[in-house]
Amino acid sequence: MTVKVTTTVNGRQVSGDVEPNTLLVEFVRENLGLTGTHVGCDTSQCGACTVHMDGKPIKSCTILAVQAEGHQVVTIEGIGAPGALHPMQAAFQENHGLQCGYCTPGMIMAGIGIVERNKGKTLSEETIRAELEGNICRCTGYHNIVKSIAAAARDM
Amino acid sequence: MYNFTYHRAGSVDSAAAKLAESGDGKLLAGGMTLLPTMKARLAQPSDLIDLNEIEGLKGITVSGGTVTIGAMTRHADVAASAEVAQAIPALAKLAGLIGDPAVRNRGTIGGSISNNDPSADYPAAVVGLGATVVTNKREIAGEDFFTGMFETALDEGEIVTAVRFPVPEKAAYFKFPNPASRYAVVGVMVASTSGGVRVAVTGAAPCVFRQSDMEKALSASFSADALAGITQDADGLNDDLHASAAYRANLVVVGAKRAVAEIA
Ligand SMILES: Cc1cc2nc3c(=O)[nH]c(=O)nc-3n(C[C@H](O)[C@H](O)[C@H](O)COP(=O)(O)OP(=O)(O)OC[C@H]3O[C@@H](n4cnc5c(N)ncnc54)[C@H](O)[C@@H]3O)c2cc1C
Ligand code: FES
Ligand code: FES
Repeated sequence: MTVKVTTTVNGRQVSGDVEPNTLLVEFVRENLGLTGTHVGCDTSQCGACTVHMDGKPIKSCTILAVQAEGHQVVTIEGIGAPGALHPMQAAFQENHGLQCGYCTPGMIMAGIGIVERNKGKTLSEETIRAELEGNICRCTGYHNIVKSIAAAARDM
Repeated sequence: MYNFTYHRAGSVDSAAAKLAESGDGKLLAGGMTLLPTMKARLAQPSDLIDLNEIEGLKGITVSGGTVTIGAMTRHADVAASAEVAQAIPALAKLAGLIGDPAVRNRGTIGGSISNNDPSADYPAAVVGLGATVVTNKREIAGEDFFTGMFETALDEGEIVTAVRFPVPEKAAYFKFPNPASRYAVVGVMVASTSGGVRVAVTGAAPCVFRQSDMEKALSASFSADALAGITQDADGLNDDLHASAAYRANLVVVGAKRAVAEIA
């Protein structure tokens, strides 16, 4: 039996009928067509599926779509636009913070969380590396990802 | 994952009622363990009763020498709490070492202790600090709560509502994380409390345990030197691809010494 979900995604109210076992990542990709959020491991380890719920990074493969009811979800599509990139997106572009790009949406959403959690403190490379623990880059391109987040921290 | 019927509970009583009515229902807290288990088709609950919208289960209060943490309080909120950091810094640190930031934004103390993973961090805090687990039916002393691997003293249909931690004189937590999963290969909570010295070990054995030899030695003299002659028996400790029982036994001693050195 399907359930109706009504939630706010990227500032827009959306709704859809889903099976209870539909994951949030399936809802945003398949029902809403927002395919910027990727599925990597599907086991809560890699962070490719990271979105923000109520302003905090979460793994959208480990939450049910029905649990977003009444909450604010922001995906990679919601933070900037071509020509008006979010400072984190711009920093990834300028610092070559990606290789194949598969992990990048999740890295950017996690990166924004890192900068926001550490507002008012100096964001050391060590902190960035530690807080990226839940995001895995299969191209192993961590150096430029860390540089990108450090650069964005100065502009956010 | 197999399908199920979803219920959003508005109160603990209605969650308990829905749980009792359902054939094989399960409570859904942070979902950080339950949903992966269901995705892997290792569990097939008939119903999920979601506790996330029950406001009364969230939050931290510090008063009268006690830190009370609601069952649905996220690891990130315990880690970031200035009040917890002030009253029991070791507890804030422990919460901040669980998994990664996204896991900490969803995972809850109630879900963690109810699940009682042998490598979970919170059991070391609950036992090591002499906490009390509060449920919708009764209060359970922390050390009676964890009964075995993935087993607790909770009855069928019983819901954890909060955990009460008495503020210790001093406490420190050592964790040796698995480099891949971040779960504790070994975690040791050492605390000097009004009820005496407590040393609780997680990760090393199938269930959290108190290390009584260390407790005795530290009661006589609270210093890392007091642990000099103490060894941990490797018998019965976990032995797997992550670490042998002998390695874990050694880590228990190293961890306890480091924790004591931090606060002695
Ligand atoms: C990538 C990753 C890394 C992790 N690393 C660590 C780590 O380093 N250390 C660590 O300790 N943990 C770790 N965890 C586990 C994490 O802490 C989970 O949050 C925790 O194990 C389960 O809590 P939950 O709130 O997500 O509960 P859920 O998964 O929702 O529930 C777990 C179980 O508890 C039951 N339950 C939930 N709430 C209650 C309640 N109030 N009363 C009674 N029963 C209840 C549920 O029915 C279920 O059976 C990790 C998890 C992931 C995915
Ligand atoms: S796809 Fe969600 S954490 Fe990997
Ligand atoms: S850039 Fe390829 S997975 Fe990270």
